[in-house]
Amino acid sequence: MLNYAWLIFVPPLIALLINIFLGRRLGRTISGWLGALAVGLSFVVAVGLYLSLYGLPVEERSVTVVLWDWITIGSFHPQIALLIDPLSVLMALVVTGVGFLIHIYSVQYMKEDDEHHDLDVRRYVRYFVYVNFFIVAMLILVLANNFVMLYMGWEGVGLASFLLISFWFYKPSARDAGKKAFLVNRIGDFGMALAIFLIFVSVGAVAGSLAYKDVFAAVAANPALLAGVAGAITLLLLLAATGKSAQIPLWVWLPDAMEGPTPVSALIHAATMVTAGVYLIVRTSPLFELAGNTLTLVAWIGGLTALMGATIALTKTDLKRILAYSTISQLGYMFLAVGSGAYAAGMFHLTTHALFKACLFLGAGSVMHAMHGELDINKMGGLRHKMRSTYWTFLIAAATLAGFPIVTGGFWSKDAVLIGAAANGEWILYVIGLFTALLTAIYSFKMVFVVFWGKPRDQRLYDQAHESPRLMTWPLWILAILSIVVSYLFLPEFLPKVGGLLAGWLEPAVAHGAEEAHITVGLEIALLVASIIVSLTGTYLAYRFYVQKPESVVSLRERLSFFHKLADNGYYFDAAYDWLRNGLWVIARWLSETFDAGIIDRAVNGIARGTGAVGAWTARLQTGLVGTYALTLFVGLVVVLGYFLLTALLK
Amino acid sequence: MTIQTMDIPWLSIIVFLPLLGSLLLLLLRGEKLLKSTAIVVSLLTFAVSLVLFFTWTAGEAGMQFQEIIPWYPELGINYHVGVDGVSLVLVLLTTFLMPLVLLFSWEGVHDKLKAYLVLMLLLETAMLGVFVALDLVLFFVFFEASLIPMYFLVGRWGGPRRIYAALKFFIFTAFGSAFLLAGIIALGFLYKEQTGQLSFDLLKLTEVGVPLGAQTWLFFAFALAFAIKVPIFPFHTWLPDAHVEAPTGGSVILAGVLLKMGTYGFVRFSLPLFPEPTMKYAPIFIVLAIVGILYGALVALAQKDLKKLVAYSSVAHLGFVMLGIFTLELQGLSGAVLQMVNHGLSTGALFLLVGFIYERRHTRMLDDFGGLWKIMPIFAAFALITFMSSAGLPGLNGFVGEFTILTGAMKYGPAAAIFGTLGIILAAWYLLWAFTKTFYGKLDNPANQQLKDLNLREIVIMVPLVLMFLVVGLFPNLFLDKINPSTEALLIQVKGSAAVTQDAGNLAPATAQVEVR
Repeated sequence: MLNYAWLIFVPPLIALLINIFLGRRLGRTISGWLGALAVGLSFVVAVGLYLSLYGLPVEERSVTVVLWDWITIGSFHPQIALLIDPLSVLMALVVTGVGFLIHIYSVQYMKEDDEHHDLDVRRYVRYFVYVNFFIVAMLILVLANNFVMLYMGWEGVGLASFLLISFWFYKPSARDAGKKAFLVNRIGDFGMALAIFLIFVSVGAVAGSLAYKDVFAAVAANPALLAGVAGAITLLLLLAATGKSAQIPLWVWLPDAMEGPTPVSALIHAATMVTAGVYLIVRTSPLFELAGNTLTLVAWIGGLTALMGATIALTKTDLKRILAYSTISQLGYMFLAVGSGAYAAGMFHLTTHALFKACLFLGAGSVMHAMHGELDINKMGGLRHKMRSTYWTFLIAAATLAGFPIVTGGFWSKDAVLIGAAANGEWILYVIGLFTALLTAIYSFKMVFVVFWGKPRDQRLYDQAHESPRLMTWPLWILAILSIVVSYLFLPEFLPKVGGLLAGWLEPAVAHGAEEAHITVGLEIALLVASIIVSLTGTYLAYRFYVQKPESVVSLRERLSFFHKLADNGYYFDAAYDWLRNGLWVIARWLSETFDAGIIDRAVNGIARGTGAVGAWTARLQTGLVGTYALTLFVGLVVVLGYFLLTALLK
Repeated sequence: MTIQTMDIPWLSIIVFLPLLGSLLLLLLRGEKLLKSTAIVVSLLTFAVSLVLFFTWTAGEAGMQFQEIIPWYPELGINYHVGVDGVSLVLVLLTTFLMPLVLLFSWEGVHDKLKAYLVLMLLLETAMLGVFVALDLVLFFVFFEASLIPMYFLVGRWGGPRRIYAALKFFIFTAFGSAFLLAGIIALGFLYKEQTGQLSFDLLKLTEVGVPLGAQTWLFFAFALAFAIKVPIFPFHTWLPDAHVEAPTGGSVILAGVLLKMGTYGFVRFSLPLFPEPTMKYAPIFIVLAIVGILYGALVALAQKDLKKLVAYSSVAHLGFVMLGIFTLELQGLSGAVLQMVNHGLSTGALFLLVGFIYERRHTRMLDDFGGLWKIMPIFAAFALITFMSSAGLPGLNGFVGEFTILTGAMKYGPAAAIFGTLGIILAAWYLLWAFTKTFYGKLDNPANQQLKDLNLREIVIMVPLVLMFLVVGLFPNLFLDKINPSTEALLIQVKGSAAVTQDAGNLAPATAQVEVR
């Protein structure tokens, strides 16, 4: 089975090719289902891979499937080859599983695309071509066995993201958002590319290839290979990760990415692509383990991003933007985990987050449809009476996001992250994480209360609101149920029998970090209690602010106006981005208009003219000696030159 | 080096088929007949050139398919042609692009059609001659001969400022060629001093070696000619002018093939003939290459004319090629050779795309466009792939060259890699800027409302290019297999075998001995 791992790419590839060439003739329903079922088939393959891998002894759970030699120049010879190990299979399951549900949802959602109701079949088909392409690229990213192929997937998902963010390309805001996403990500890619070059130069010769296995084995055998460059390599990888996973300082693109269709926000900008940075760090953990300072930096970036993202989410009233900042914040938790060496906890949170955040985004899409594209939560209210399935699933997913104690997956995974930070001795980060959990609970239930509870704030919109069709609500239910069920697969290790399943599964694939330095069970339970208290407090505060005393929010906002303004403006990261961009524009214009045309080209033409003038002058000196012959030459020269100069100057 | 005695002079057939074709055209009448004959001739040339590809002796570093015929025996000048991996891919690039360009001209050119087609085929012969010539005088003849058809193509079929552009192109390049000619003659006489007889044969010159004392000035004489041709910053200003004024077919050939004569010249002649100064002065060229990458990209960003933007992007892309060559690392050099091909494919395709839209709207100003995706989806899809190929998206051709060049650059030094890699951010920026400006946004210009999407002929032109993007992007080894042995041999000539064979890892800065026999 494992040797046929490449089969996972085949269905979406075939589907996208069929849709490119025949999609228009197939019509919406068929092309949509084609795209969706293709991802379903990939999911089946992923499950097959999981089962075959599970059947192997633990130490053999890492299989390389070589497809062909890709680029061979001397010792630089990356292959197109797949690495099937617990980590890549977990990612493949998340990508194809969540992807499949979102595809099904999209079959319906993209039909009801009310805001842009023209009957363009091509756009519908194009959507499925793009998302199928995304799935392929994302699978390349997670299944690659070497750094260069990883880069291929990395850039591929970036392209898919660009295309899907600016899916409604005629909207200038969508166009700009797509461009921004691609460019900010290229800054991250810059780091990735340089990291790969550095790895090749410092380890490539000894490792004999750029495959993870060889590189890590070489480094493990002789850590001196990385002496002096381990810091640089990991910092560059971190730069790449912050770009893809929207962390400080490269998060600016993700909120704007909400310009894309909502299922895309769910799939790419919440569940899968944005977690690629986390995956990258976990995958290259053997390198990060050699650079303790970078790892600490990862944790701090994660902690601060989590905090800042959560504060911004609190200030926003656009439903999708709240979710976007929430995603940034939750990705921060994952960074906090992996930065603390708690790789399994990071992957655990990645998995639960993929489920509940996809559910929240799809729920938001359902609300959006009901409200005719309206996203401002201040115009909603009372929707639970009209949209029961959407309400209940949104509630479950929001509770999971809020880390509602014991029953939700989010509680356990967030707790695993916090315990990871604590076990690493990063108590300040632990407190930041705990405080962020409080904020998270508040904004999670703020969404629930403002959107679904209370009285309608816009009666006209409310009257027209309706529940979405089953094709959209079923995926919501599956995701909501999974985000609860999944927690039992990943319970902490101190619980007998059921505990530590994920950590055990991932064991062969990740480095052994500080996570190994266990804290006592007693402390762990104490921390668990702290998490429970924080989550419940947040929920209560949300109830008090948004149900009982809505006016208190206003007064609170005024009292904290400085912080509110800071957070509402995204801590001015966007302003800095714009400033940087405009600065480069000014330089580009100056180079083009003043320097290139004014200095270099003028110098060139000046030399040409000067030569002509010298020639003319020498010719005149000689007129007396050679007589009419030279005179003719001179006149001819002047005429020809003059003609060309004139045509040059006049036109 | 073994000289193969093949029964059939394949290279001569390839080089002179277009010339024969152009003579044939002189006898014919009727637009359709002329056009189809020209296309058939170019297709035939392409087909024959595939013989080289498919009968290639794998792993062979030296020249294959060699032919030597005495030309001016008393001066030691021979008609000596042959191809190694480096020239092979450029020959294939040339023969591949030409039918597409001619197919493009099926509707674009009506005025003096016969002359246009004849010049195109003459140009093909000249270009192919450049890539196969192993005698320096023969090379020079082809090198100069390529100027003349291009001069007329720009000057006769070009835009409003065509005379200025054509003249600038001609004088600028001819200026460089003067130094090249002086250098070639000097080489011949230096050879005579050493061996007693005159020769301009590259292989003989390389074998005997150029005296150390003369290498430096000869290196710079050659370098000036090639630098203008590439063009390297700051010799680039003829390029945007020539491109903007040239007819689309001319631009494709100019960018796709002609510019490669410069970079090819560095690889073919500068490296093996002048190893000492090549190593000594490599830093200068590395710096100029990087300046070219960043400068070309930034200036491209500020352009309002789509064609000018593509022209400046060429400056940046060829900066990558130069960077790769002068890293003097295997990855850099092989990557550079492949990148020559990639640039020919991608930029050729870009100019074709600009041509498609220019023929419809008679403008290339970015501000005149916007929202074209809605009415020209096929065009937009081809443009997207081409822009991504040019931006170096992995899986497509541009990536393979760029990435390996930058790998070589990292071996050369971190600074080279860092600044070079900055170039890929900027490339994404200007390409995305141009793409979104043209295809995204509202279709609000009334003049664009009625635009027709690509027709079958235009699709037929683009499909082979896109297929090649994918083939080179996914299976670059088809070409690298043939390039690598030759580039490795070249590097051994420059740096000595010790430094090259252990091409990976912590290679200490090359302290190789140059063998001058």
